[in-house]
Amino acid sequence: MRNEKPVLLVEDDSIDAMTVRRAFKDLKLSNTLTHCINGEEAVNYLRGSEVEIPCVILLDLNMPRMNGIEFLKVIKQDDRLKRIPVIVLTTSNEECDVVESFRLCVAGYIVKPVDYKKFVEAIRTIDLYWTLSELPERESEVKNAEEEVALTN
Amino acid sequence: MLKKKSLLLIEDDSIDAMTIKRAIEHAGEIAQIIHCVNGEEGLAYLRDAGSEMPFLIMLDLNMPRMNGLEFLEAVKNDHQLCRIPVVVLTTSTKSCDIDNTFSHSVAGYMVKPIDYDKLVEIIKTVNDYWAINVLPVR
Repeated sequence: MRNEKPVLLVEDDSIDAMTVRRAFKDLKLSNTLTHCINGEEAVNYLRGSEVEIPCVILLDLNMPRMNGIEFLKVIKQDDRLKRIPVIVLTTSNEECDVVESFRLCVAGYIVKPVDYKKFVEAIRTIDLYWTLSELPERESEVKNAEEEVALTN
Repeated sequence: MLKKKSLLLIEDDSIDAMTIKRAIEHAGEIAQIIHCVNGEEGLAYLRDAGSEMPFLIMLDLNMPRMNGLEFLEAVKNDHQLCRIPVVVLTTSTKSCDIDNTFSHSVAGYMVKPIDYDKLVEIIKTVNDYWAINVLPVR
């Protein structure tokens, strides 16, 4: 990805999570992969005081306690968290899931390929795109920049 | 691969528009490029019941009448239109532009390079990414 910030993976299936981790390793991606096992855990993680806000969120949809759509609704209402691009990474090909995800303004919706090589290719494509794309800075970075400009003026 | 789909390009500068269209055609995958010269025209196109809905919107920021951010706000507040992913393609590298557009859920922010070959590369990367996405059926 464009910066060195962590990537947050929200995924309840431990095998799928391991596959993402393996793909990151095989592609030698420098971003740390932080893993939460459902939406609720991810929200609590993101709202933690000392946490480093991820550059991108990879989001499964079908999870217990708080699923992907519910998580999206919470994130998109949160001024601090809504700027983080969310890419759905799911087994679901259901039109209703696709429509609802894009209605909630996801920045991508990718159906996990079963074949590992194709899966790695998909992660590579995601990485290339989100390395090329600019990403929002953290609030504190924006505030510091604004203060600097104010002092200079 | 994305075939027989249309992309909406919102760009006021005619030279930039021509260059971007050339780069998109060079990348080879997109069937139809719809070009609007500012946000207002873009919105009017999207709200016309007869218009073909694009699978993606590529959006300049600095435009007269209705700029990119104003257009983005309008589209994201529209129940139907909000589901079309928007990718910014601009010369602006200002953090406030990046932050504001991501606050309105853009699905990418690409800075236009001066070099044409680099622009083609960007378009190819954008195309490769959206080609692996599942998008809402219109």
